[in-house]
Amino acid sequence: MKKFKIPHKFQFTSIIALYAQWMREGKLKVSSDWNKDLKIKFTVQDPCNIVRKTWRQQAADDLRYVVKTIVGEENFIDMVPNGINNYCCGGGGGALQAGYTEQRRAYGKIKFDQIMATGAQYVLAPCHNCHAQIHDIGHHYGGHYQVSHIWTLMCLAMGILGENERTYLAEDLKEFGL
Amino acid sequence: MAPPIELNEMEPEFKEMVKERVPNANFDLCLTCGTCTAGCPASELFDMDPRKLVRMLVLGLDEEIRKTEWAWVCTMCGRCSNACPMKVDIPKLVFNMRGSWPRDKRPKGILGSCDKHIKTGNAMGVPTDDFIWTVEDVAEEIRNAQPQFKDMQVTVDRKGAYMAINQNSREPVTEPDELGPLWKILHTVGVDWTYPSVMWAGENYCLFLADDEGWRYILEEFVDHIDNTLKCPMVVNTE
Ligand code: SF4
Ligand code: SF4
Repeated sequence: MKKFKIPHKFQFTSIIALYAQWMREGKLKVSSDWNKDLKIKFTVQDPCNIVRKTWRQQAADDLRYVVKTIVGEENFIDMVPNGINNYCCGGGGGALQAGYTEQRRAYGKIKFDQIMATGAQYVLAPCHNCHAQIHDIGHHYGGHYQVSHIWTLMCLAMGILGENERTYLAEDLKEFGL
Repeated sequence: MAPPIELNEMEPEFKEMVKERVPNANFDLCLTCGTCTAGCPASELFDMDPRKLVRMLVLGLDEEIRKTEWAWVCTMCGRCSNACPMKVDIPKLVFNMRGSWPRDKRPKGILGSCDKHIKTGNAMGVPTDDFIWTVEDVAEEIRNAQPQFKDMQVTVDRKGAYMAINQNSREPVTEPDELGPLWKILHTVGVDWTYPSVMWAGENYCLFLADDEGWRYILEEFVDHIDNTLKCPMVVNTE
């Protein structure tokens, strides 16, 4: 909209910013108690479109605040580099549908190595492109991490995740809280 | 020895064209420091990297620039320009390289998704009625299965809702059960929200295709629907 200077009356925000706001205001009561003993480790991808290209450091901070609240500060391991300087997953810009699979995977090797270095069992990817690409490179390069949505873990933490909403949980959490 | 390059014989037309569209892209300011290339995961693919690309542009190697498939391998992620000391706008250059390909020669996958988005409002090409049906069906299932959500409302095109929320078309089409968790969160917070029926999908393949016209059309339709029909003061991007 900025690009074409299309005027609009509405304000534009991201669900990540809202999650963070609702958590801070106490409207969204999420605790990481569920993971106190399990100690499952999580990392998070900074989607280029949300972080570097739009809401910048604010989005990176909100993202970490949200994830840490859900999984526990001690169970969050950041990628290096991260935030505004994080690497693109390699699935952006239409790459997943462009047909250059070999190049896309070569691109994604950096992301794969970053994730493996965190040792995390779960990668939270708040973007569908990132989600699909990180899953694909994990499979391709033989990583054993699970890629999940934030909303899945948030509902799990609140005890409201249905049995049929667990496609993106690994065996360790498939039955959790049911 | 190869003959030296005569700079004043170069006619960097492609550069001039991109500069006209992106006046502050700063191509002539490139220091050749290589910061971009060092931090770019697409460096070396198709024997290309961002610094080399800018050199080629400035030198007027227009044919190679227009031809290289690297335009579709760079993800326009902006990591290079973010770190560039001279703020050279490489992603916009790549965008214009993509745009210089004849539309029907651009990658089929992106092209198909863009065309579907223009026609149906989402890149998977689902008719709006199917989207609405799926949403209502999944919501009904949740209301029945989980008593604590028996009052959960999920609406499409509810005028005057505070938030309009977009939705990647992957969920309603291929994994409808994945719609539920977000709705439950919104219900728990007590958000007054709705889905728009026009251009409801969150993805943006026409942007990736560098189809300015298509992308502009999608945005204009969306803005018009939100501002003038639904009158939602807030739009939420879910990815
Ligand atoms: S980082 Fe900027 S100045 Fe340095 S080589 Fe790349 S484009 Fe040129
Ligand atoms: S925008 Fe393209 S050139 Fe720049 S860092 Fe990303 S992939 Fe590399």
